[in-house]
Amino acid sequence: MENNKLFLHKGIVYGISTLLLIPILATFIYSLSSSWGATILPDGFSLKWYGALLTDPRFIDAFGRSLFICIASLLLATVLVLPMIFVVFYYYPKLDKVMNLLILLPFAVPPVVSSVGLLQLYADSTFQLIGTPWILVGTYFTIALPFMYRAIANSFTAINLKDLIDAAHLLGASTTKAFLLIILPNLKKGLLASLFLSFSFLLGEFVFANILVGTRYETLQIYLYNMRQTSGHFTSALVMTYFAFIFLCTWLASRLTRGNNL
Amino acid sequence: MNTKVIKQEQENITKQSLLSTLATYKPALWLIPFALFFYLFQIAPMVWVFINSFIYEEEWSIENYQEIFDSAFILQSFHNSLWISFWSSLVGLILAGLLVSSLRHLNSRIKEAMIAFTNMSSNFAGVPLAFAFIIILGTNGAVTLLLQKWGLIEDFNLYSSWGLLTLYIYFQIPLGALLLYPAFDALKKDAYEAAALLGASPFQYWVKIGFPILSPALLGTFIILFANAIGAYASVYALTSGNYNMVTIRIASLVSGDLFLEPNLAAAISVLLMLLLAFITAINQWLIARSYHGK
Repeated sequence: MENNKLFLHKGIVYGISTLLLIPILATFIYSLSSSWGATILPDGFSLKWYGALLTDPRFIDAFGRSLFICIASLLLATVLVLPMIFVVFYYYPKLDKVMNLLILLPFAVPPVVSSVGLLQLYADSTFQLIGTPWILVGTYFTIALPFMYRAIANSFTAINLKDLIDAAHLLGASTTKAFLLIILPNLKKGLLASLFLSFSFLLGEFVFANILVGTRYETLQIYLYNMRQTSGHFTSALVMTYFAFIFLCTWLASRLTRGNNL
Repeated sequence: MNTKVIKQEQENITKQSLLSTLATYKPALWLIPFALFFYLFQIAPMVWVFINSFIYEEEWSIENYQEIFDSAFILQSFHNSLWISFWSSLVGLILAGLLVSSLRHLNSRIKEAMIAFTNMSSNFAGVPLAFAFIIILGTNGAVTLLLQKWGLIEDFNLYSSWGLLTLYIYFQIPLGALLLYPAFDALKKDAYEAAALLGASPFQYWVKIGFPILSPALLGTFIILFANAIGAYASVYALTSGNYNMVTIRIASLVSGDLFLEPNLAAAISVLLMLLLAFITAINQWLIARSYHGK
C-alpha cells in the first residue's frame, strides 16, 4: 500500500518533468543532428551547426549587443536602486509598503501596453531614443527593479541596519562612508544573486526589443527571431547556446542565495 | 517694542523649522534619480495610454472604446486571449499542484533537483520555446510523427488554438510550481495523521483540510498565471508571426505594424486589458477573503 503510493507520486513527478524535458531535449538532439527530416529519429550526428553559429559574425554582434544592453541596464538599476533602498530603510521605513506596491507595476502592466506609451512619448524626443539601445536600458531597469528590490530589501531586513550605522557614526564615520564600507559588503550576496537572476530574465526579453527597437539594433532575441527561416538545426544550436548561458546565470544566482542562508 | 521682538522671534522660528524640515528631507534627495527614471519609463507611458485612450482625432471622446465594441475582430482577440489564458492557467495550476504535492513524498535530493529544474525551465519561454515547439510538434516534428504513428492523433496543427494552448500550458507549469512550493509547506504531516487517526479517508482529508488551507495560495497563483498568459506576446508572435488573433498581438500591430497605425485605439484596448486584469484580481481577492484563511 505504502509502496504503491510512493510509486504513484514518483510517477507523477517523473511524468510531468519528462513532459517539461521533452522540448529541451529534442532541441538539443536536433542541434546535434546533421539532418532530421520527416522521420522520428535523426540521420546522424555532428557539431557543424554549433560551428556555423559560432563563426557567424551576426551572432557574435547580436550577442555582444545583448550583453551590452543587459549590463548597462543592470548598472543603471544598481546605481538607482541601492541608494533608494538604503534611504527608504534607514530614513523612511514606512515607504517600504509604498515601494512594495510600486514594484508590482512592472509585473502588472504587460510590456506590450507600456511600449504603446513609450513609442508615442519618445517618438520625437530631441535625444533620439526609439530605435536605439538607450530606450531598452531605461525599460529594462523597470523589469529588473522588482527582483532587485525584493532581494536587496530582504538583505536589509536581515542585518541590523540602524545599529550598524549608529555604531559607525559613533566611531566617526559619515553616513555615506558607513553605507559604502559596512552596509554594502553585507548586501553583496543578495545584490549579486538578484543581478544574475535579472540578467537571465533580461537576456530573454523580446517584446520591448521587438516593438521599440527591432532590427535597428539587433539583440540576441531579435536575431533568433530573424533566423526563423533558416535551418531548424541552426536555430536549435542557437537556442541551446542561449539556454546554456541562462542556465549558468540561474545556477550562479541559486548558489549565491543558498550561500546567503547559511 | 514687543511686537518687534515677537516678529523677530517668529521669523527665527520659521527659519529654524524650515531648516529642520529641509534637514529631514535631505536624504529624500537620493530618491529623486530613481523616481525620475521610474516615472519616465513606467508611470509616464501608463498615463499616456490612459489619457490618449479617450482622445479621438484630437478631441475628448469615447470613440476608441466604441470602435472596439463595434469591431468583431478586436472582440475576437479578447475572446481568444481569455480562452487561452483561462484554460492554460487552470491546467497549468493543476499539473503544477500535482507535481508539488507528489514531490513532498519523495526524498530531499530529488526535491532539490526538481526545484532547480523548474527554476531553469521557467526561463525556457518566449521565442526559444516557440522554436522548440515547432521542432517537436510542427508539421514534421518528431513528436507529431510519433503520435501519428501510434494513431493517437490524426493531424495536429501547432499554429491553431489547441497548439497555442499546449505551448501556454508548457510555460505555465514551471511558474506555477515555483509559486506553489512554499505554499505546500503549510500542509503539516501532523494534520494528515490526526485526520487519519480520526478515521478520515485521504479524499476527506483533501476536501476538508488540505484544499481549504491551500485555497488562498492556489487562487493567488492562478491570478499570476492568468496575468502572465494574457500579457504574453513573444511566444505567440514567434509561433504564428502575429497571425493568430490575440489582444497583445492586436495592440502591437496597431503601434508597430506596417499598415495604418492607430496608437489611440491601441491605448483603449490596453486600458480594457488592464481593467479586465483588475476585475479578475478583484474577484480573486474576494474569493480569498471568503476562504478558510480569511475567516
